[in-house]
Parts: sequence; structure tokens; C-alpha cells
Amino acid sequence: MNLQVDVQEKDCVHVFKIVGEIDAFTAPTLKERLEKVADQPECQAVLDFKEVNYMDSTGLGVFVAFYKKVKAVNGSVKIVGLNKRLKRLFEITGLDDVVEIEMESGDPNGTV
Amino acid sequence: MPQEVGKQYSELLRKYITHEDETDLYAAQQVSRKFIEKKISPEEVISLHKTSVEQIFPDLSSRIGPSYDFLIEIMIHYGLALMEHQSLLRKQEAMQIEMDVAVKVQDMLLETTVPKVDGLDIGIVSKPAKKMSGDYVYFIEQGNKEACVAVADVMGKGLPAALCMSMIKFGMDSLREKATEPHHVLEVINQIVEKSMDDSMFISMFYGKYVESTSTFTFGSAGHEPALLYRAAEDRFVELDAKGLLLGISKDVDFQQESVELLQGDFIVMLTDGVTEGRNAEGFIDEDVILDMLRDVKNLPAQQIVDHLYTELFKMQNYMLHDDFTLVLFKKE
Repeated sequence: MNLQVDVQEKDCVHVFKIVGEIDAFTAPTLKERLEKVADQPECQAVLDFKEVNYMDSTGLGVFVAFYKKVKAVNGSVKIVGLNKRLKRLFEITGLDDVVEIEMESGDPNGTV
Repeated sequence: MPQEVGKQYSELLRKYITHEDETDLYAAQQVSRKFIEKKISPEEVISLHKTSVEQIFPDLSSRIGPSYDFLIEIMIHYGLALMEHQSLLRKQEAMQIEMDVAVKVQDMLLETTVPKVDGLDIGIVSKPAKKMSGDYVYFIEQGNKEACVAVADVMGKGLPAALCMSMIKFGMDSLREKATEPHHVLEVINQIVEKSMDDSMFISMFYGKYVESTSTFTFGSAGHEPALLYRAAEDRFVELDAKGLLLGISKDVDFQQESVELLQGDFIVMLTDGVTEGRNAEGFIDEDVILDMLRDVKNLPAQQIVDHLYTELFKMQNYMLHDDFTLVLFKKE
């Protein structure tokens, strides 16, 4: 399965629109795109997962590496549009405590 | 090229041209095998053929000789491709040997013994999807009175993963004599791995400690899949979750710690995502399916329960593991 990553920059915020499944085969694509901005000073990134229905541990590894790099340059990462399964993944791993996660508007319980 | 080989080739060719006998073609196949063994290149074979033809048909040699020279040039790159292929094969063999050594190191370094604690029945199954596993289980026993267990999933494979596992093992061993409160163990191991790990690596780990005198199970989790507690009296499952970040991401992390008392027939299942994220043709295997399987065999000894679960889930995934698969079960007798 293919993974598509569109990047848009608006007011110094990089918005990554990710479409597809993130697994061992597609994770390198995401990694490559994220790495381009990761070490910019005070990098601000938004990762849009609305069109992602699956991410395995390789994908999580790419995300963790990105998070660590951005943190090192005093930047920030925000995640939007997680489905139920992915939200659980971020909760179990404790990443929801260190990364800002914004749930869909009009969905206060955070279930999609 | 040994002269003898050239002479044999020449004679065989002459014989075949005279009689066109199939047995000589068979002999030619044998010769070609011998050529490969002796690493004779394709262009050398053609050169040999040219010399032989010139001997058999001396009148023709001036007319067809240049065509063979032409063919020799053509074949030179085939010869180079063949050499490259052989060198790759040798490299592959060397890598295979290195991999086998790594597997042995992993097995030796990470060996663990299942504790024997009064009133507690322990079962374990851990199967790698590929040669080297990213899952790791380590037990510590304190004189039949306490059993500690770490169930970890290391992101990444091979030697780097094996080294991470050794950090867990040595972290746990070094705390053996001191207070072994789960949150403390997780904090110490987090500090060890945070310093020494590559950015894209991380570890999820569940740590539990069973104390015989009080029948309590105390646990903490570093971003790991929650364990499942089966309450025999109520015939229901409870998730054992304790908040905590994955290991190796941040230096200062607080790990929550929880405690439960085990009653007769209760059991705790600790697992990795290879168990919960099993996939078959229709998609993910539902958690309820796993719970029902556990219920079916709840009265069996711990080892038989985990073996049964593994066999059934392996079957459901068409006898193929997509991820390392680990189950550890603590059952109160």
C-alpha cells in the first residue's frame, strides 16, 4: 500500500497531511519528509492523521525520532485526526502526555 | 587453464561432430560443470572452442576465426557479471554466519529461568517472527517468595535490539538486592537506555512483581500493552493499565504503579503487540476472540494455557507470524 505525505507551510507551521497505512514498507517515506524540517530551529509541526487507518511500531519509531529531534530544537509537534485505534496506541505508549493531541471538533470524548 | 582440460574438450567436440551421439552431449554437460568448478570464465570457454574448431577444420579457421573473436568480446561482460554474482554469494554467506553468531549471543546473553514461587503457576511462550526477536522476557526470583518479570518489546531488530535487552537485564540484576518497586525499576532502566539509544529506537516494557506472602501483584508500565487480569470468581477480564511513557524517549519520566490481590484461580496475562495485533485475511483478530480462547482453557495449568493460545492464534494467521509473539501468564493456584 502507498503512503502519501503532503506538506504545507503556513505561518511557520509545517502541516503534514498523511494518507495511507504507515508500516515497515511505507515508514521510510514519512521519515524522509519529516526529516527535512525536523532540525529547523523551533520547528513547529502538525501531523494530520485523519486519513491514516493503521500505524505499526516502525511508524511509531519514525514518529518518536521526529519528536525527539523537534524537542531538541525547542520546537513542537501537534497531532490531529487520530482514529480510535491510533488514539489508543498514543495513550498506551504514554505519548499523549508529551505530545499535544487535538481531537476532532464536536467530538469532546475524542472517539472518532 | 590447464592444458589437459583443453585437450579433453577438443577431443569431445571432434567426437560429437563426427558421430552426433547424444552421450557426448551428456559428457559436455559434465565438462561444463567442471569448468564452473575450476572458475573458467565464459570467454575462456569460447576461446577454447575457437582453438578446437580451428584444429578440427583447419581450412575454415581464417573464415570463421574472427567471428569467435567477436563473440569473446561479447562474452567478457557476462564473465564479469558472473564474478560479481559469486562475490555476492560469498558476502551473503559471511553475513549469514554473522547473523548466526548474533542469534547465539542473544540466546546466551538473555537466558532467563522461570521462578518457582509457592502458590504461583507460571507459563511462558515467546516466538520470534524472524530469526532474532524484538521481544524480551526476564525473570527474577527471590527465594521462592517473590517473582519479578519484565516483558519488553524493543523497536528495531538484530544486534542493536539485543544490546537494549541486555541493558534491561543488567538494570534489573543490579536492582535485585535493593527495593524492587516496579516504578523504581522502570525509572532506572529508562535512565540507562535514554542515554545510550539511537533516536528512532524505543522500548515498551511491562514490569510486575508478585509477592507470595500477600498474594499481591504490583506493576508498572512504560508504554506497554496493558496486561489482562482474569477474575475467576466473577468470570471476567480486567485490563491492568498503569500510565507511563515508552523507555528511551525522555530522561525524567514518572511511572504509575498499581497493585492487585490475586485470588484462587485468578490469572494475569502479560503480552506484546504481536499477540493483540495478529492479522488474518479479514483484518485484525478481535480482542474478544482472545478473551474467549483464554476462558475456554482457564482451568488448565499456566503453561498449557499459553501454549494453547499460541497454537490457536498461529493457526488463525495461516501459520505465519507478522510480529514477535510473547505471552507470560501468572496463575494463582
